[in-house]
Amino acid sequence: MESNPILRIATKIMTPYILLFALYVQFHGDYGPGGGFQAGVIFAAAFVLYALIYGIETARLVLPMGVATLCGALGVLIYAGVGIATMLLGGGFLEYGFLDSHDAEHGQHLGILLVELGVLTTVFGVMVVIFYSFAGRGRVEE
Amino acid sequence: MVFNPCKKKVGRWIIEILINVFLLSMLAVTALIVVRTQNLFAVAMLTGIYSLLSATFFTLLDAVDVAFTEAAVGAGVSTVLMLGTLSLVGHRQKKQRTVQIVPLLIVTVTGLILMYGTLDIPPFGEADNPVHLHETTVHYLEESSHETGMPNVVTSVLASYRGYDTMGETTVIFTAMVGVLLLMSGRRKDEIGGTDDGE
Repeated sequence: MESNPILRIATKIMTPYILLFALYVQFHGDYGPGGGFQAGVIFAAAFVLYALIYGIETARLVLPMGVATLCGALGVLIYAGVGIATMLLGGGFLEYGFLDSHDAEHGQHLGILLVELGVLTTVFGVMVVIFYSFAGRGRVEE
Repeated sequence: MVFNPCKKKVGRWIIEILINVFLLSMLAVTALIVVRTQNLFAVAMLTGIYSLLSATFFTLLDAVDVAFTEAAVGAGVSTVLMLGTLSLVGHRQKKQRTVQIVPLLIVTVTGLILMYGTLDIPPFGEADNPVHLHETTVHYLEESSHETGMPNVVTSVLASYRGYDTMGETTVIFTAMVGVLLLMSGRRKDEIGGTDDGE
């Protein structure tokens, strides 16, 4: 697949738009369908496509395995961190209203945004790690 | 003139039924072909098609978020993962000519029990279904926009009202990564050593 110019160019054109669409799904989740999980999967799909066409070694130069693993862990940390932060600010675990001392609704908005960011990071990292682990192994046959 | 809106409604209802029947029979046909096909690469692609059909069906049921996830995960990533696995283990299924009675029986009985179970489910989309009348639902739908400032109730329920659950789900995904890394990275070192020798 690495020598097919049509696929290579099409991937090159498509990848930024897929990433952009993932971000749209992420930040438009407040208003329409979508959210962290879907956005994370789409974000990861862009890298999977890139790896399929340009080879997994090239993809690993763009996004090393270690960074993807870190992303997978970082997301959960962000999510739980928001919970701890609200506890430190005097609320319950994940009680976003306390994130903004003046306007509870604004705090809710911020909390949801951060939590969704955590979900995006974890899902993205995990999908890429799983793909790398499966596709990056030496082939048994052939 | 009085009958027109009513007629339109009936027409819409018939079209909806036709689309549902068409999609569900496509799902059944795809499932049957998956069972019959021996080439596992074709099976992986067919399961992708199955997911895409399900996503269409979810959209018809107004579950856009679920459809979105199904299309991205089921049709996209999991198909790629399946193909990746097949490139490791080979794409030929072991020949199996005999019909296995016990699995067939179990599948049939389970299917019939599930169908029997659907008889108890309240009709789809009725306004007085228990799920619509419960006070939690009413609270979410009426209060969510000024309690959380989110126009999309799905997001506010997922991330705020049910924030604990979503954190649990995120942890589950994280655990999946840990599991895959533990299982897959151990043997890879040997293989890298092997290919290094070969190259």
